[in-house]
Amino acid sequence: MANVLAVDDSASMRQMVSFTLKGAGYDVTEAVDGQDALSKARSGKVDVVLTDVNMPNMDGIELIRQLRGLPQYKFTPMLLLTTESGADKKAEGKAAGATGWLVKPFNPDQLLATISKVLG
Amino acid sequence: MSIDIAQFHQVFFEESFEGLEVMESGLIDLEIGRPDSEAINAIFRAAHSIKGGSGTFGFTAISDFTHVLETLLDEMRNGTRDVTREAVDVLLLAVDSLREMLSAARDGSDFDAAAVAEVHDRLEELLKLGHGESTAVDAADATAPAAAAPASTGAWLIRFVPHPHLFTTGNDPVRILRELCALGEAQVQADCSRLPDYAEFDAETCYLAWTINLDGNVEESAVREVFEWIEDDADISLIREHDEEDVAVTAAPVADATTAQDAPALQVAPPVDDRRSGDDRREGEDRRGGDRRAAGGSASGTSSIRVDIGKIDTLINLVGELVITQSMLGNFDEDSGQIDYDKLREGLAQLERNTRELQESVMRIRMLPISFSFNRFPRLVRDLSSKLGKQVELKIVGEQTELDKTVLEKIADPLVHLVRNSLDHGIEPPADRIAAGKSAHGTVTLAARHEGGNIVIEIGDDGAGLNPEKLLAKARERGLVGAEEILPEDKIHELIFHPGFSTAKEVSDVSGRGVGMDVVKRNIKELGGVIELDSKFGHGSTIRIRLPLTLAILDGQLVRVGGQTYIVPLVSIVESLQAQSDRVKSVAASAELYRLRGEYIPIVRLYEVFGVEPQSRVLEQGLLVVVEGEGQRAGIFVDELLGQQQVVIKSLETNYRRVEGISGATILGDGTVAMILDAGGLIALHRHPASPKAAHTNQAA
Repeated sequence: MANVLAVDDSASMRQMVSFTLKGAGYDVTEAVDGQDALSKARSGKVDVVLTDVNMPNMDGIELIRQLRGLPQYKFTPMLLLTTESGADKKAEGKAAGATGWLVKPFNPDQLLATISKVLG
Repeated sequence: MSIDIAQFHQVFFEESFEGLEVMESGLIDLEIGRPDSEAINAIFRAAHSIKGGSGTFGFTAISDFTHVLETLLDEMRNGTRDVTREAVDVLLLAVDSLREMLSAARDGSDFDAAAVAEVHDRLEELLKLGHGESTAVDAADATAPAAAAPASTGAWLIRFVPHPHLFTTGNDPVRILRELCALGEAQVQADCSRLPDYAEFDAETCYLAWTINLDGNVEESAVREVFEWIEDDADISLIREHDEEDVAVTAAPVADATTAQDAPALQVAPPVDDRRSGDDRREGEDRRGGDRRAAGGSASGTSSIRVDIGKIDTLINLVGELVITQSMLGNFDEDSGQIDYDKLREGLAQLERNTRELQESVMRIRMLPISFSFNRFPRLVRDLSSKLGKQVELKIVGEQTELDKTVLEKIADPLVHLVRNSLDHGIEPPADRIAAGKSAHGTVTLAARHEGGNIVIEIGDDGAGLNPEKLLAKARERGLVGAEEILPEDKIHELIFHPGFSTAKEVSDVSGRGVGMDVVKRNIKELGGVIELDSKFGHGSTIRIRLPLTLAILDGQLVRVGGQTYIVPLVSIVESLQAQSDRVKSVAASAELYRLRGEYIPIVRLYEVFGVEPQSRVLEQGLLVVVEGEGQRAGIFVDELLGQQQVVIKSLETNYRRVEGISGATILGDGTVAMILDAGGLIALHRHPASPKAAHTNQAA
């Protein structure tokens, strides 16, 4: 099954995302910030990246920029978790190579719909 | 698929409260005028996480409130808003409101909605003073697609020309086509005209384009949503077949999934959106249900503690060692006959070491760093000093010092009182300080350290110190000290612990009404601790609190009366002495007083209180242990002093019932039970010996 890299500095969000996705049969790799995610993505293959924007050490946009630069992640779907007010973040994320976004707050069903959408 | 979101609430609350601490300490440390951008970012991040989490987990009130806060912080972060003292004050109030709302959400209780609304208004007010564009833009976003929604229902003709780089955004055109087909009946035609010669073909480039005919009953917003992520990565045109007008998707902002449902013009909700908003409604109800469940769970919840994983690992290691020792000792069973005593002794020594280490480690589980208590003081000092018009710097030393969770909780209020006192009575107003040749800035130091089996907490200030003459004059005026009586300085200082003694010129709302220090002292005593005061007139005061690290163990003096052993807590013992009969004075049939350096203290004959047969009833043949409890002294008459040792306190109330004069029991090394004396209770009992409780006590003993 596909492996989702879930990146968020908030433990409750990570838990919610991870629990939801695992329940639907996905493998989930959790990371607490961009730095952590980058090293985890480098050491193993992930099929989808789902990342928060605002995080310490490395934010989600920089993470996507860096991942997109790696040959193995050139075409990988990468989604930003944004808030309604973060319109400029969407554009910034897109410019960095994000596939799309999921607007917070979202519920588990919306999360699953989005993930299955990008995984086909 | 339905997931009960309430199960993540506890983690959400934990991290949110941590986030609030980050915000609070960050705000306090912010330099007005030229703030550190990383510091603001950290505050913003904390607010942002709380907002995201509260939205996700269905606490809409919290998320709405945090939204305003976040907007303000965002502007500060971007440098479009100045960090003023007023702004920081309001933000700190907002942190308080959030804390209240979160606690209420966690406990299923109500919060003070009026107070929160007031803070919310102040935040909005602050927001209006600066820059309000961002919310205006949001509103425009929401209404734009609605205004563009056409009335006609001709079939959609969609032209979808991806830019060559589309694949490198992680978007797959096949997904887009699949989603469009899912909306309604569609015919898709591929346009291969851009395909280059085979030799120039690049597998990573998108050459194809598509034309799609889609059922006209599909709402425009639904079509747009499909293209939402790639509007900048493709040319997309969307027209009604019977319309001339070409509604380019890129021309109008695409509606957010969340804003589309709120758009006022969508009176007849489109099929897709209808489903979505229906989902949302249901979800909303689920969330509320979740709140209730969570509330029910936590209301009956027990108190819990977060333990550092390292402590648990140590514990597991120690248990492992204990198992090894046990199996080593167990082997002696099987070696029939021959016993290697050296090995046995070695094993027992190892067992002793294991036990001691295990005990220490288990105790350590209940220990938390005192920073849990100290953390609230920067805020308190900041608020108080501005209220009092004083300049005060707070220094915190040794905040990682650990102590028992229960002690930590019980010490919190006395500490607040003492720090308030330091600010109110200790530190002088800037003008007075300068006149006294000091810097305008006063310093209050909060320090903690371990000393033996105790934790020592010091609250010091470089303020005015205690004025012994004033203290003495006041004590004489109140009749606490005789007019002719001369006291050494440390005795004068002790006067402030006397009930009802207040040195404040007038009652202030900061330090209260002179119920202070005696209550503090009593609280500390109840925790088995002692409190001391060092003060130098003109140079400041230091209050030193010495507390046991845990309430489960105490240092005790073993005493013997007849065949019984009792334990007197070391903290309550003033001294022990050989009684001289010429110093004894009988006032009534059963009341004896003992003259000790000009003071008469009652003699408590323990054998009488507990109805045991003593070795001797003659005072000279035993010892008087002078104890202090609840501000009173008494001499406890015992046969002899045994050793001192740490004892594990067992509650008498849970195992038997409450007994006056006894605070608990313990089991001694030889297996016998010994009662732990409560000095205050014993003295009270002695003064009212006829009370029925005393009779019970006799039976109990």
